[in-house]
Amino acid sequence: MNTVTLTIDGVKVTVPANYTILEAAREANVNIPTLCYLKDVNQIGACRICLVEVKGARGLQAACVSPVGDGMEVKTNTEKLRKYRRFNLELILSNHNRECTTCIRSNSCELQTLCSQLGVNDYPYDGEKSVTKVDDVGPSIVRDNSKCIVCRRCVSTCNNIQDIGAIGVSQRGFKTTIGCIYGKSLAESPCVNCGQCITACPVGALHEKENIDDVWAALNDPNKHVVVQTAPAVRATLGEEFGLPIGTSVTGKMVAALRRLGFAKVFDTDFGADLTIVEEGTELIHRLKEGGVLPMITSCSPGWVKYCETFYPEFIPNLSSCKSPHEMTGAIIKSYYAEKAGIDPKDIYVVSIMPCTAKKFEAQRPELSNNGLQDVDAVLTVRELAKMIKAAGIDFARLPDEDYDKLLGESTGAGVIFGATGGVMEAALRTVYELVTGKTLENVDLTAVRGTDGIKEAEIDLNGKTVRVAVAHGTGNASKLLDMVKNGEKQYDFIEIMGCPGGCVTGGGTPIRSATEVSYIDLKRARAKALYNEDRSKAKRKSHENAELKQLYKDFLGEFGGHKAHELLHTHYQKRDKYTFED
Amino acid sequence: MIRSHVLICAGSGCTSSKSLYVKEALEKELVRHHLEDEIKVVQTGCFGLCALGPIMIIYPEGTFYSMVTVEDVPEIVEEHLLKGRVVTRLTYKDPAKEEESGPTSLSDTLFFKKQKRVALRNCGVINPENIDEYIAMDGYTALGKVLTEMTPEQVIQVIKDSGLRGRGGGGFPTGMKWQFAANNQADQKYVVCNADEGDPGAFMDRSILEGDPHSVLEAMAIAGYAIGANEGYIYVRAEYPIAIQRLQIAIDQARKYNLLGKNIFNSGFDFDIYLRFGAGAFVCGEETALLTSIEGHRGEPRPRPPFPAVKGLFGKPTIINNVETYANIPEIINKGAEWFQAMGTEKSKGTKVFALGGKIRHTGLVEIPMGTTLREIVYEIGGGIPGGKKFKAAQTGGPSGGCIPASLIDTPVDYDTLTAIGSMMGSGGLIVMDEDNCMVDIAKFFLRFTVDESCGKCVPCRIGTRRMLEILDRITEGKGEEGDIEKLEEMGYSIKATALCGLGQTAPNPVLSTIRYFRDEYEAHIKEKRCPAHVCKALAQYSINPELCKGCSLCAKKCPVGAISGELKKTYVIDVSKCIKCGVCMEVCKFGAVEKK
Repeated sequence: MNTVTLTIDGVKVTVPANYTILEAAREANVNIPTLCYLKDVNQIGACRICLVEVKGARGLQAACVSPVGDGMEVKTNTEKLRKYRRFNLELILSNHNRECTTCIRSNSCELQTLCSQLGVNDYPYDGEKSVTKVDDVGPSIVRDNSKCIVCRRCVSTCNNIQDIGAIGVSQRGFKTTIGCIYGKSLAESPCVNCGQCITACPVGALHEKENIDDVWAALNDPNKHVVVQTAPAVRATLGEEFGLPIGTSVTGKMVAALRRLGFAKVFDTDFGADLTIVEEGTELIHRLKEGGVLPMITSCSPGWVKYCETFYPEFIPNLSSCKSPHEMTGAIIKSYYAEKAGIDPKDIYVVSIMPCTAKKFEAQRPELSNNGLQDVDAVLTVRELAKMIKAAGIDFARLPDEDYDKLLGESTGAGVIFGATGGVMEAALRTVYELVTGKTLENVDLTAVRGTDGIKEAEIDLNGKTVRVAVAHGTGNASKLLDMVKNGEKQYDFIEIMGCPGGCVTGGGTPIRSATEVSYIDLKRARAKALYNEDRSKAKRKSHENAELKQLYKDFLGEFGGHKAHELLHTHYQKRDKYTFED
Repeated sequence: MIRSHVLICAGSGCTSSKSLYVKEALEKELVRHHLEDEIKVVQTGCFGLCALGPIMIIYPEGTFYSMVTVEDVPEIVEEHLLKGRVVTRLTYKDPAKEEESGPTSLSDTLFFKKQKRVALRNCGVINPENIDEYIAMDGYTALGKVLTEMTPEQVIQVIKDSGLRGRGGGGFPTGMKWQFAANNQADQKYVVCNADEGDPGAFMDRSILEGDPHSVLEAMAIAGYAIGANEGYIYVRAEYPIAIQRLQIAIDQARKYNLLGKNIFNSGFDFDIYLRFGAGAFVCGEETALLTSIEGHRGEPRPRPPFPAVKGLFGKPTIINNVETYANIPEIINKGAEWFQAMGTEKSKGTKVFALGGKIRHTGLVEIPMGTTLREIVYEIGGGIPGGKKFKAAQTGGPSGGCIPASLIDTPVDYDTLTAIGSMMGSGGLIVMDEDNCMVDIAKFFLRFTVDESCGKCVPCRIGTRRMLEILDRITEGKGEEGDIEKLEEMGYSIKATALCGLGQTAPNPVLSTIRYFRDEYEAHIKEKRCPAHVCKALAQYSINPELCKGCSLCAKKCPVGAISGELKKTYVIDVSKCIKCGVCMEVCKFGAVEKK
């Protein structure tokens, strides 16, 4: 590797020649402040906060985009630079809705942090503010441009990472705004509700549409039997909201906290994941045997599903007809559980705690219902759950570990790893292998489909037939993969796609980490580790071994992929227009 | 046998004053007199004296008619073309000369005598829609020479030796730019022409494209040979329809003559040029924004480094030069670096085209050797200020430039002196202001332009310039506060230091330079709530001079808000608290009794 040696604030560092000054400075233990910068996503030098002095250069340089050079002398912290950084922060504040106390990002706002660190303690440049209106039409995402600082991290995420392009830059100069075409709502745009824009946003301009009040209202309603379920990735991320290190699994405390919040039953979406695996595995075997549409593509991720319906409708027949795990669990709660507990399904209120904002949209799909009742009534993100726990005064860190409730609380390691990219594929193959071959799979760790490469491939031998599989995460990578399938460049039998880069652990509903943190930490890997550890610690690691699941089929559903299972656990899809407004 | 050539300007200025109707009328009139085989009508590019258009020149005499109308045509044909008598009432009068009948020949005018036309050499001389006329003026000989006699290194050396600097505003040495791009190895390189002329009042590039498009094509091919590129793009604003039309004609003709295309001059060198149209965003004149726009994205600047010579259009090494820069190239190749070096000042060689505008008689286009003083430009070439008013300042460099006060009128104009006095050469707009101009108002005008045209990408330009404008608005509305000037300076210097591109980095210049030279005017607005030039409406005070008022009541009748009262045949008075300062009273008063302070 080519390296260069440069001096940063008097410290000599040798770094790869393709580094930026910002990256090199970190090698010299210097954190140059940044705002519009988001590693690998948005490197455009727009906010001018990371300006540095480079000896001999014409003017100041934006460290986030300036390449290093051999012998370069960089100063990052002169009086002049501190002054200019304050100046530009003060300008941003002059057009910023400064209702910080009521802001959803209070205390996790990068602008607030910078202002505090750089000593901004006045508003010297106040003037006319941009006229904005809040877009809260859709079920998942709220955009409040009065907070927007036009850093474009969301735009880059939506366009360059997710390849969706629901939002972009409109107008120019002071009137520059971020939003959908013609100022339309996200709900009328091709937005897939993945919420990656939310986790990219440094301020409070983007957040999930909160359903906390709905859930409190249900909990306070004596006529409602409120049941909660938690997705695999929630246990791997919730701890961060309480100051625990990234990658800490908090399953037991989370269950305890949910009981204390007043939920009648705490069930596990991992159970639903196991259920998904046996249904989806059965479907795959059927398609392989009967010459069904291949490659079959997973349908657990609602962001991906809407992306497919909108951008690749020709692949709708390829989508597995299985509902996603929490929808399956919801359907089972309002049928099997209702029957067992002797409760009228109408009185049951199902809450899903999800790492996901698209699940809010998914829960409202009319086809995800049974007898006129939605399978799931409310979806909360990990962040929303954390707020409820805090509001209830629950000392999360000191809670004892508790177990999920019986009936729909057991899960296998296969269900747990659903939360990471490659996890659904790995879980499915563990079951499909055994169902097809009748042999025991000895090594269940299918590492070929793990990791954070955008597209992963593997081949599995099933009784002499080679099954070709692929995994993509992030709709941008999905698009690349599908294009290759479409033009015949690649052939697969089974594809796993998750809408968010990294899968659910870095979903749009997970705790938000600052741009500085994600420059240092591989968030996808660190969070996934918690799931893979839990998988390894489980006695049962294959979905079809789940005892409660077997009981469910025996008592209620019949056989895998059978008639009743189809009625409750499967769904259908529809082609969607990118834009739903009339022009 | 052609005995006379009648040249009619078909540049944008003259076209908009109906020169094409004049041409049409003339052609009909010639047919009527059976003169069509004796007299040839040629439509040319811009002569430069746009204020006096439509312009017509009749050769071989060189008679120079100005402001010709369709109605004048029969007289010109009958008198001049049939009887050989000059129609003196239509000949141009040199304002600098007192005598009644000024020079009838264009070359005798002061306007032309002080000029040195290099980039504009063919403008107003040839028909830009006919490649043969360009070739007749030694067109494409430079390209031939380069391709058959010179190595790319030699070409670059000549350009370097000539001392040519970029005419688009930055003034970067052209030869060095070419050298950087030549040094970078790549499978594909590009030559780009920046024809996105956007400064208010500037039309140098438009006139060259309209009057001599082949000079730009030829230069781009030379540049392609020098750096190893065989594709060129001209990014021209869509608001220049005539320029676009003539460029397309020129490209088609050059392709037909194999002066563009494959194996030019049998040298094995291929080069072709494509047009791309700008949608009118000023920032797209900034080179990285221009490249981004050609690539099909929202025209926004990107940080440099990497410079275009390393990573330009579509990520490939690219040179991007302005129209006027290119127009100089064939002449430099033909006549040599020494010839070019001999013109201009120590560090600014050659000539510069300026678009004269504002309070000046000869609104139009001039090309002068670098180092010509502002006084010569204003009073000799420009014909001075109309109405006997006093010169107050000249604004150069457009919205990126600054104001030069009367005390510096003897400054020789070149890149470095202009920068030293807080202005800049820019692309060559030169707007003259007289005592009736308010400098705060001027600063506001230019700043409003950049505020409107800011792309909105970086914080200092997006928000900072807007905040400065708000302060200027306040000052001109009589709401200026102590400390405003210092705040403007503080903000201006911070924006200059931190903005992403040239637009933002220079946006505060009009404000900073007017503060520098006209601080007292700012202070008068802020402290005394007074606009010394009586321009700022909110600060104006109308009153009726009782000694002049005849009590006719006209002002009271016309006042839209009933602020004027009085008795007939006695003195009328204005109620200041009701007055909205519309100025109607002053306009209607026949006795000059209404005064503005």
